[in-house]
Amino acid sequence: MSDVSNGDERIKEISKFRQALIRPELGGIVGTVAVFVFFGLFAFDSGMFNSQGVMNWSVVSAQFMIIAVGACLLMIAGEFDLSVGSMIGFAGMMIAIFGVTLGWPMWIAILVTFAICVAFGALNGYIVVKTGLPSFIVTLATLFILRGFTIFIPQTVERKTIIGGIREAAEGDWLAPIFGAKIGAPIFNWLGDMGIISVFERGNRAGEPVVNGIPMLIVWAIGLVIVGHFVLTRTRFGNWIFAAGGDADAARNAGVPVSSVKIKMFMFTAFCATVFAVCQVMEFGSAGADRGLLKEFEAIIAVVIGGALLTGGYGSVIGAALGALIFGVVQQGLFFAGVESSLFRVFLGIILLAAVILNTYIRRIITGER
Amino acid sequence: MSPIIEMKNIEKHFGSVIALAGVSVDVLPGECHCLLGDNGAGKSTFIKTMSGVHKPTKGEIVFDGQPMDFANPRAAISAGIATVHQHLGMIPLMSVARNFFMGNEPIKKVGPINVFDHDYANDVTMEEMKKMGINLRGPDQAVGTLSGGERQTVAIARAVHFGAKVLILDEPTSALGVRQTANVLATIDRVRKQGIAVVFITHNVRHAMAVGDRFTVLNRGKTLGTALKGEITPEALQDLMAGGQEMVALEGSLGGTV
Ligand SMILES: Nc1ncnc2c1ncn2[C@@H]1O[C@H](COP(=O)(O)OP(=O)(O)O)[C@@H](O)[C@H]1O
Ligand SMILES: [Mg+2]
Repeated sequence: MSDVSNGDERIKEISKFRQALIRPELGGIVGTVAVFVFFGLFAFDSGMFNSQGVMNWSVVSAQFMIIAVGACLLMIAGEFDLSVGSMIGFAGMMIAIFGVTLGWPMWIAILVTFAICVAFGALNGYIVVKTGLPSFIVTLATLFILRGFTIFIPQTVERKTIIGGIREAAEGDWLAPIFGAKIGAPIFNWLGDMGIISVFERGNRAGEPVVNGIPMLIVWAIGLVIVGHFVLTRTRFGNWIFAAGGDADAARNAGVPVSSVKIKMFMFTAFCATVFAVCQVMEFGSAGADRGLLKEFEAIIAVVIGGALLTGGYGSVIGAALGALIFGVVQQGLFFAGVESSLFRVFLGIILLAAVILNTYIRRIITGER
Repeated sequence: MSPIIEMKNIEKHFGSVIALAGVSVDVLPGECHCLLGDNGAGKSTFIKTMSGVHKPTKGEIVFDGQPMDFANPRAAISAGIATVHQHLGMIPLMSVARNFFMGNEPIKKVGPINVFDHDYANDVTMEEMKKMGINLRGPDQAVGTLSGGERQTVAIARAVHFGAKVLILDEPTSALGVRQTANVLATIDRVRKQGIAVVFITHNVRHAMAVGDRFTVLNRGKTLGTALKGEITPEALQDLMAGGQEMVALEGSLGGTV
């Protein structure tokens, strides 16, 4: 970079500004700052920034993040998965069926559910790779198939579409807390004692801090973001993900095992959806046949806000995580600010359009197209 | 000297299209073997069977004395066969360094984890590009910002770097200007002198004559034989490529400029 002086004089030094502009995370960073400034100015007193409020939008953002990481890597690899939402409903229901209806130990129910869902992910990938059909169509089919099973199975075996009793069934299990527990309770107790965060003033939890730990959901979200970012940017496999989505034929000719990369990304997306589902059923204590509705689109929107190209080959996990954060903060922030919740959808549509236009512009800068 | 790679009676059918109808070519280490032929003659299809992209419908490939059956491009690359495909195979959205090492990413260990050695990749890329006479802004410059000729040069530099035994170039000069063409021809010469076998596809007879040791002409999926340098004139090669007679007539009317 330093010796351009003796290089080709026709290569224009690109400005620092333009260089910053072609980082995929840029939109996410700007958006995050904008959203915090906005709510800081207009909703600071709404309770959104006290400990409970922060925990509230953090949990919602973490949920988006978990599925956004999977959707991000899959989109960079050049594919979509529209079955994520159905997969969330399906996975939760499987845990309820295995763990409650059939009474299996919860850890077996969780592991078997993971195996089934990741296998469905592999099947999605296998069909896409073998038939060459757009993943949009293949996973749209899976969306309906899985949702159908998620309603049919509990209706057949339990005559209802919501199955409760999961928290009781998970009592004493070794694996369930990895998805359902909270960590850091002593720290929060200490913070409560010090008066840094507020404590309940009456009731049977009087004296306990209002926020008594960080849910494992958030730990999963941060863990998946770190692992996803590391794999994408720092490993050989990450280069293959970019290559598979950038130009599958070119990648294949260069020796990249494109089919296997894509199938693995479908499996990873299914894995993320299952993590989401397990955390959710552990939190709610029940599984419902309508869980996860529209989550696939929310994941894709977070990823696009995060700077990934819908056409594949370009994007960032950190960007997607910021997209998820924006999503969570705005959704909950509007709630705190007492804004009519339907306006959230208006916001979503506008920001999606803005992000796609910005990304297209960035793509032109990178590829030099006009 | 025995051939590094022997292609025996290679046939390739795409459905009802017979792209190759029994082509035999062998390539010696240290020679530049030119493949000539008009558009659609089957040149690209032929070298794709050498580089593991297509499986031949019929025929035998002997590599380094062993019968070979490349399952995929990766197998061919690991065996030491590197290819610059006609449609390049560079990914515009990725950086030059990421493209350069695509499929052959250098690895270093950090604790128990294998990570992509970006420093090594960047250094090698800059150095190899400099050798080819291209000054990059930086190894992280996206390939999409390079000109056609520069992209071609990255592709060739990459293949030279990884083509341990056989280097295949499919019409590498067709998009290049005068100076870059000279550069590519000089690179072919340099690589050949290192004992690497070069397969050079072109339909420019002058380019072929400049570096070729042997010449094989393909026509409609068949070979019209292989000639040694000195055994054949540029005019005769041109005729063979065009399939004979009508070219002679055309050449007359154009005043010998073709
Ligand atoms: N993947 C393919 N499917 C069907 N036909 C093909 C395919 N690849 C090449 N062909 C056909 O094979 C013939 C030879 O093509 P090609 O090898 O690209 O010729 P050349 O490189 O000599 O110009 C052409 O008729 C082309 O249409
Ligand atoms: Mg060709």
